Formats: sequence, structure tokens, C-alpha cells
Amino acid sequence: MRLIAIIIASQLAFAAAATADEVTVGQAGKVFNPADLQLKVGDSVKFNNDDTVAHAVLVKGPHESNLGQIKPGDAKSVTFDQAGTYDVKCAIHPKMKLTVTVQ
Amino acid sequence: MRRLLRSSTMIAGLIGLGLAAGTAAADTQVASAQPGDADIAAMKKLYLRPTEIPFPKDNAYAPAKAELGKTLFFDPRLSRSGVQACVSCHNPSFGWEDGHKTAVGENMLSLARNSPTIINRAWGEIFFWDGRAESLEKQAVGPIQAAGEMNTPMAVLIERLKGISGYQKKFDEVFPGEGISEKNIAASIATFERTIVSAEAPFDRWVAGDEKAIGEDAKRGFVLFNTKANCVSCHSGWTFTDDSFHDVGVSATDDIGRAKIVPGVPELQFAFKTPGLRNIDQRAPYMHDGSMATLEDVVRHYVEGGIQRPSLDPEMKPLALNDQEAKDLVAFMQTLTGQDRPMTLPVLP
Repeated sequence: MRLIAIIIASQLAFAAAATADEVTVGQAGKVFNPADLQLKVGDSVKFNNDDTVAHAVLVKGPHESNLGQIKPGDAKSVTFDQAGTYDVKCAIHPKMKLTVTVQ
Repeated sequence: MRRLLRSSTMIAGLIGLGLAAGTAAADTQVASAQPGDADIAAMKKLYLRPTEIPFPKDNAYAPAKAELGKTLFFDPRLSRSGVQACVSCHNPSFGWEDGHKTAVGENMLSLARNSPTIINRAWGEIFFWDGRAESLEKQAVGPIQAAGEMNTPMAVLIERLKGISGYQKKFDEVFPGEGISEKNIAASIATFERTIVSAEAPFDRWVAGDEKAIGEDAKRGFVLFNTKANCVSCHSGWTFTDDSFHDVGVSATDDIGRAKIVPGVPELQFAFKTPGLRNIDQRAPYMHDGSMATLEDVVRHYVEGGIQRPSLDPEMKPLALNDQEAKDLVAFMQTLTGQDRPMTLPVLP
């Protein structure tokens, strides 16, 4: 019985990993687009700087990340591997906000 | 919660303005070199005054709370020495700054940065020159505890306030069943600070349609502000700040500003938060280090383009302004000061 449970759990974990998605978030006009995201555990977000000025993404929540500077035309990604609600801001332009809900 | 800007003992003269509600469309530059009436009308819309003060849901406005916050703000017993209050550095007589090049802390020692105003911080996005506090509540209790500033550990302050019966009574009234705590000290001071709103200025009356409210030099300065001088790229919205961080090429000291709070971002080296410009002619000296004595000095700095270094904001470029244009910009900034109602002093418990 225990062995079956482990096998099922492993298969579920494999299935989750296999279906992890990457969502692209734009930053044009000093605005995160979209401004709200619903993700699954293991999904990642690609912050694409399609703006004309540099941005710097800070992620705060169950885990925290400082993605550093993202120049116009560049992109950086972060994986959300823990469930919860994350507040994302630009460290240069704090009015840029994004809420990420991971389930 | 939002509180209508109506009559209050602490609201600075914003009664009955009849201004249209609107949200300033920040960061929008009107680029025409020789704007017509329609262009100027569009520029004006970027600076419409709001009709309400925003208060957060978790710290709603209450008159008694604001009054308690005012009492705390003016009370020197919040400092370990007993001689410094919040108002020592944020003095209403100096546009809620202190008139010093840099702030003065405990034992009269000079600190590294100029005291920022608390005017219009209800609309603030992030606090301190380097943005190390994400709420006015967190900001409010920072200087009280900072070793170089008021230097009072929170536990010491709470015990001290508990020993003053008048404070016990006030906290019990405002926070029934909770009393004196760090959270409630912060909530009270932040609520008071949110009520400090710059009064209607000549500029606002011009925006509202009174063509005689400001001079022709100031009108030309407003156009320059939004076009050739590009001040609006950072000083946007009705409070004239984007609440963002920029290296504007000031000061060659080792104060790296926002980069100390958020490492790994080259653009944040020497970057400080854009200050608002309301009541600016009452708030000398200028810049985060207080290195410029007059508004003329500030305009000259932007004309020259600032210290050239990798982190210098891309918007910082030498400006081809002649002497008259520089004067016009200053004339415009001088229209941003209204007749703020004098602040009455609280009687301390």
C-alpha cells in the first residue's frame, strides 16, 4: 500500500513538472502586463523588458528573489516553486506592481 | 478608505476647491516643442489635484487617531535624549523639513541626508530617500529607533509612554483593548502624516482655469517643465514625483542610496527617490544631500547634466536652456506653494 502511494506521488510530481508553464510578463510603459497572474507550483514567469528604460524585479512572498537589472530588450525568468501569494515590484519604479498567486 | 478633503483642524487649506476628480497620468511627457492651447490643456490634466486623501484599509482614518499621532509627532520624549521630536526634522515652518543641509541627529550630530518633507505622503508609494520602508507606518517608527537619530528602542519608548497617564488614556480611547504598542504608535503617527496635504497653490488655480493665477514667466516655465527641460520624466503627477529612484548625478560621496537596499542593480547606484515639488520654495536646501542652496542652483545642475557615471539616469542630459528659460522654470516652481494653514501646537500629556 505504501509503495503504491509513493508511486502515485512520484507520478503526480512528474506530471506537474511535465506541465509546468512559462508565462511572459511585459513591462512597457512602466507597467507589468498582466498585473495579476494565477500559476501552478513549478510555473515560471519570464519578465520581458519591452520598455525603453531599465527595470529591476523584486519578488516577495513565500520565497524572495531579486532578479537584478533588466535592460530594455532583455528578459529574466523566475520559477515559483512554492504555493502562496507573491508581490512583485520594480525596485526602480515601485509603482510597477504584479500579484502572483501560486496554487 | 479615502477621506474627503474637507474642513479639518489639520488639513492644510483644501476646503471647497471644487476641483474635478482625476488621477494624474504619471510619466506622460507632452513632447511638442511649441505647444498650442490644446497641448497645454493636456499638460494641465496631468496635475489635477485629488479630492480625497487615501488611507489604507488596515489603518483607516479617525480624527482621534490623527490627533494622537500629532501629539506623538510633536513630543520630544519620543527621543532617548528627550530633546528631539519628529517635528525637529520635519518642521511645518520649513515646509516640513528643517532648513539644514543634512538632518541633525542625537547629540547634534549631522546625518548623511537632507530631511525629506512629509507633505503629501498619503500618496507615497515608498518611503525614505532610499525606499527602505514600504509603508508610512514602517517609516514612522524608523527614525525613532535609529541609533543616530532619536535613538529610542521601541521597548523603551513603550514603557516611557505607559508611564505618562495621558498617553495611556489616549491610546485606550483610540485603540480600545489594545493600548500602547509599536503597531499603534506607528498607526497614529502615519495617520497624522497622511493629513499633511499641501494647500491649493496658484498653479492649481491656473490649472482650474484662472489665467491670472500665475505669471507669464511661470506659464512658460510649466511648458519647459513638460517639454524641453523634461522635468516631468520624474516629477510627474499632482505631487510632482514618480516615487521612483534615479541617479541624477548629485554628490560624489560614498552614499550609494537605493543600491544599499537593493544590491545588484547598477542603475540604483547613487539613486534616490524623486522628491515631490509641492511647497518647494519653502524647502531649501535641495537634493538628498542638501548640496544646493537655491532653486536656481538646482536648475543649473540639470542644465549642466550632473556627474557623469555609469549609473546616471538616461534621462539626465545637459539642457540647452538660456538664462530666461532657467528663470522661467524657477518661476513655475514658485507657483507650487499655497497658503497652508498654520499648524497649531498640541498640548502634550
